[in-house]
Amino acid sequence: MVEFALPKNSKISGGKTWPKPAGATETREFRVYRWNPDDGKNPSVDTYYVDTHDCGPMVLDGLIWIKNHVDPTLTFRRSCREGVCGSCAMNIDGQNTLACTKSMHDVGAGGAVKVNPLPHQPVVKDLVPDLTNFYAQYASIEPWLKTTTPTPQKEWRQSHEDREKLDGLYECILCACCSTSCPSYWWNSERFLGPAALLQATRWVTDSRDEATGERLDNLEDPFRLYRCHTIMNCAKACPKGLNPSEAIAELKFKMVERQI
Amino acid sequence: MSGHSSMRTPLARVRNLGSAHTGTSDFWRQRLTAVAMALLIVPVLVVILTLIGRNQAGAAQILGSIPIAIILLLFIVASTWHMKIGMQIIIEDYVHNEKAKLACVMANNFFCVAVALASIYAILKLSSGV
Repeated sequence: MVEFALPKNSKISGGKTWPKPAGATETREFRVYRWNPDDGKNPSVDTYYVDTHDCGPMVLDGLIWIKNHVDPTLTFRRSCREGVCGSCAMNIDGQNTLACTKSMHDVGAGGAVKVNPLPHQPVVKDLVPDLTNFYAQYASIEPWLKTTTPTPQKEWRQSHEDREKLDGLYECILCACCSTSCPSYWWNSERFLGPAALLQATRWVTDSRDEATGERLDNLEDPFRLYRCHTIMNCAKACPKGLNPSEAIAELKFKMVERQI
Repeated sequence: MSGHSSMRTPLARVRNLGSAHTGTSDFWRQRLTAVAMALLIVPVLVVILTLIGRNQAGAAQILGSIPIAIILLLFIVASTWHMKIGMQIIIEDYVHNEKAKLACVMANNFFCVAVALASIYAILKLSSGV
């Protein structure tokens, strides 16, 4: 059966409260999930106080401030700090989003900013999830142009109308906010491809230049790979880029029906 | 994440046994039966309300009408089919042990077919006045 409770070694216990920064006039409380694979202890939630006059406005700014000024062992991924790379995806105040584009002022109603790793993924350390399976699922949809026609001397041509069909699909940055917000993905992440991989699959199925549309649909037509999506739309709510994977999946299902009936 | 201890590559685990090339029929039939039920639910409720408080002879008289019997039969077919597909989806979502899953899916099929046939038999028996 599905496991509804956390495994024993994942139950959160205790946590350290770090001292408030000396001389700070205004602070913001951060409650951050901590887990170290090397000490054999259960995860905990540490409490930090960030000097808001000394750091930028985003949750990621707060985490970087903590790492630089309070606790250098705090571990998280980040790179571009402007919502393009997708590295700093985490669960902030119960919502999967990018720490770099989420303002501290918009979470927790002035109370603590609660920061956890993306849900239901194995944790590497602290806020870093193991996304091996997620990336393999992306690879499995073969996200590249597949053609049989000999490559033209210049480029593969596409009309403006056909190019517009890729809008809302190509912008995905593979941050995994959507897939890890999806209960179907939690219960069946080994077999269900999840909203991110399926949105990307739709991107290639929709591309007018691609010559492998039928093969792509064949590869997706499966009670688990595709049809675990029950359209609850957590994915669309979570997407920090404002995309709608649920709609993309509905498009795939429509194409499946279209080629049968 | 039981597969993580395996030495297979992540891509091999994701590809696993390949696509089943099925699922679209169930997806389509679930929508088909849903629309059918949405159309049938009002006439079915009207029939049920008129049946309330009547004895078997009265019920047999009402169900003796061919359109009424057919409406009820259509509703039974649509609803039990819908029930079978819906329950199978729930089983596939939550039951991960392969043997338990097969047993549950089998029991679900038996139950839905039994409910459908018992209901159809009852309607036919009453409507034919036997």
